[in-house]
Amino acid sequence: MTDNVTPAAAAGASSKEGGHIALMKVLGPVHVWALGVGIVLVGEYMGWNFSVGKGGAFGALIACWVIGLLYTCVAMIDSEVTSTVAAAGGQYTQAKHIMGPLMAFNVGLYLVMAYTMLEAADALVVGDLLVVVAAQFGHMDLDPKPFVVLTIATLALLNYRGVFMTLSINFVLTAAAFAAIVILFFNVSPWNPGEILKHSELLTDLPYGWIGVIASLQFGMWYYLGIEGTCQAAEECRSAGRSIPLGTMTGMITLLIAASLTWFMATGLLPWEYLGQAAVPLYDTARMVGSPTLQVLLFIGTMFAAIASANGCINDASRAWFSMGRDRYMPAWFGAVHPRYKTPFRAIIFLVPIAISFAFTGLLDQVITFSILSGVLGYTFMPINMMKFRKQWPLDSIHRAYIHPFHPLPAIALFILCVAVYFATFLGYGVSLMSILAFYIVASIWFATHRYKFVKRGDQFTMNWPRPVGY
Amino acid sequence: MDFWDIASYAAWIIAGGMLLFITLDAFRVSREYDEDLLMSSKEGVDELLKGEKDD
Repeated sequence: MTDNVTPAAAAGASSKEGGHIALMKVLGPVHVWALGVGIVLVGEYMGWNFSVGKGGAFGALIACWVIGLLYTCVAMIDSEVTSTVAAAGGQYTQAKHIMGPLMAFNVGLYLVMAYTMLEAADALVVGDLLVVVAAQFGHMDLDPKPFVVLTIATLALLNYRGVFMTLSINFVLTAAAFAAIVILFFNVSPWNPGEILKHSELLTDLPYGWIGVIASLQFGMWYYLGIEGTCQAAEECRSAGRSIPLGTMTGMITLLIAASLTWFMATGLLPWEYLGQAAVPLYDTARMVGSPTLQVLLFIGTMFAAIASANGCINDASRAWFSMGRDRYMPAWFGAVHPRYKTPFRAIIFLVPIAISFAFTGLLDQVITFSILSGVLGYTFMPINMMKFRKQWPLDSIHRAYIHPFHPLPAIALFILCVAVYFATFLGYGVSLMSILAFYIVASIWFATHRYKFVKRGDQFTMNWPRPVGY
Repeated sequence: MDFWDIASYAAWIIAGGMLLFITLDAFRVSREYDEDLLMSSKEGVDELLKGEKDD
């Protein structure tokens, strides 16, 4: 049950002589939007186009919308549960309260691995972009490592110093990256088909049939991967019940628009055979328009999107790790809050060398695949979690600031789509899928046999909820 | 040594400085503040959750 800490006292106490320290409640819907969209938008600049290589242009469009449906279900389910569980840790905390400790441990681990690896991949992208710039200025073979470390260190310092400035900067970076996509759209004369966009010449039938479309689902996730990270901000929102649903839903709408615009522009200017293996497809699209200004704009947009994504990932991974430490799923030492900056400072520092290690492998595709698979495992838990949540705490038994419509259809749709993505992943990355499953099984055994004895079983359930139905 | 070589060295130095700063600050905080205080945060403290039904 809850203690007597008030929000004001929790946010304000920082004296050395006692009281409580808590994460600072300063965020609003704009910051939640910046966190969710900021993590994801880099996927519009690169990565999504591998779905074109698997399923052709139309296959990629189907993947864009089908996976868009998957993430809309994720956003709706997350918004309802998080509007009730206003705590850092997001899906980990949901699992802890609704499913049980073993699922909570696994979900927490999925979150930390997914975000830390995505952070490493984003930093690698920043380093690779600078290598390209250096080559254009005549300096060949620039080592990206110092710039990768600089990116991670700068963003770690930013996160360390406070969440408000961190996500305010993320809003600026993300809004600029989104604006670059919209500006490019208005410069390709979409109202005049055939002038710049050549869809009638470039669009083809499905090159590998419907099995190619299914295979493309895995890469369709790049359009939206990470929007569920908005939940991690719940404990730092002034009003989680308002900010999380509003920020998450507007973020999802933003991403659906950005994804559709991106597909429309790229497939109208680049043949699918090239687009399916391009490293920076949106930048290539701008190059095809022939405007140096647009090229610079899209280069800046790519850089901003990668930095914003890494920034959001540090925020989310550290909150998940912090929450697990606070509940003693991990050493309690990580559950500390900085008395001045009100941030989970030990969790932030601990994850820095891990992110740098992942980045130094240089294996961008493997790191991303591991990140995506961790994400999908997390999404698979959500429909089960939602069904149990509604069954054990019906609508009239507990206050929800947001209730998602059409239950149980979103949960059922999400589960079916997750199964489809597993099949798609198995087609292209079967070994990776098996490896990651083995990793989490071993981690679960370690938790059950060595770690669970440290968990304070009663103290971890802090929500002022009634007894679940049937107990 | 051209601009990019200098930029690479500068990136190492600045990154090292920032990581050193947060590490030293973390040590200072851990030394100056009581561990119970640093780990006193509670989840679920939100004004919207007040007044919920209880069993």
